Amino acid sequence: MDSVKKKRRKAAVNQNDCVACGCCAKVCPLSAIQVVKGVAAQVDGSKCVGCGKCARECPASVIEIREVET
Amino acid sequence: MKKHWYDYLWIVELTYLILGFFNILFAWIGLFFFFIPLIIAVARGTKGYCNRYCGRGQVFGLLGGRFGLSRKKDIPKWMKSKAFRYGFLIWFFIMFFQMLWNTYLVFAGAQNLRQVVTLLWTFKLPWNWAYHGTLFHPGVAQFAFGFYSVMLTSTVLGLITMILFKPRSWCVYCPMGTMTQLICKVKNGSK
Ligand code: SF4
Ligand code: SF4
Ligand code: SF4
Repeated sequence: MDSVKKKRRKAAVNQNDCVACGCCAKVCPLSAIQVVKGVAAQVDGSKCVGCGKCARECPASVIEIREVET
Repeated sequence: MKKHWYDYLWIVELTYLILGFFNILFAWIGLFFFFIPLIIAVARGTKGYCNRYCGRGQVFGLLGGRFGLSRKKDIPKWMKSKAFRYGFLIWFFIMFFQMLWNTYLVFAGAQNLRQVVTLLWTFKLPWNWAYHGTLFHPGVAQFAFGFYSVMLTSTVLGLITMILFKPRSWCVYCPMGTMTQLICKVKNGSK
């Protein structure tokens, strides 16, 4: 059987430059991004739909929407 | 998204700034905005203040977002570099201690009360209309003028970068944000 490979868009945070302000978490409609331990934001890949809201909001512009294979 | 009570803390922040126009002694309330983030960071190891309760961030978010007063452009790279963020934090500390030193001088009687609010560490704005005497030592008022200067300066810087870049650009180099993140990094043992 063939497994159908789909491309999905997901947010990815450059954690090195993240300032952990949490602006991204505030706007994510699916609560798919959270600031972990006050250090950097992390995306829950299983929830994220790649809408890009967080990336637009992020004041440091450290979120990228990437295509990933699932 | 569901609104929480803490999504309205921008009202507190605006009220604070306005009260300082009428009576400078209200500036003392600002110590809450200073200690609460630190206490949360030290006690819980999170940036809970930034992530939820910070009214200042909300003001920029609203003005730049809802009211559209922001170009919504990417902040320049150097402004989010560690060198700039930590450098700005140190600069802020130096200015803060200088302010405390001035307060001390007034308390010690070595200097008279100066009824000015210093903007961007340079411009001295006359602010005598907001001073109606104090029941306490003039040093109490000197601290209020100094602290309000810090708050107004960061608001003005925040507004400028809000207009130029993203609404909450201030959060990238905000000394409180940088400091609480550092505390969390140390506390949670990451690099
Ligand atoms: S908005 Fe950007 S800088 Fe702020 S926590 Fe999210 S990813 Fe990090
Ligand atoms: S891309 Fe959309 S769903 Fe994914 S984390 Fe960002 S805001 Fe949430
Ligand atoms: S970084 Fe500063 S302005 Fe932004 S949310 Fe944190 S304390 Fe508030």
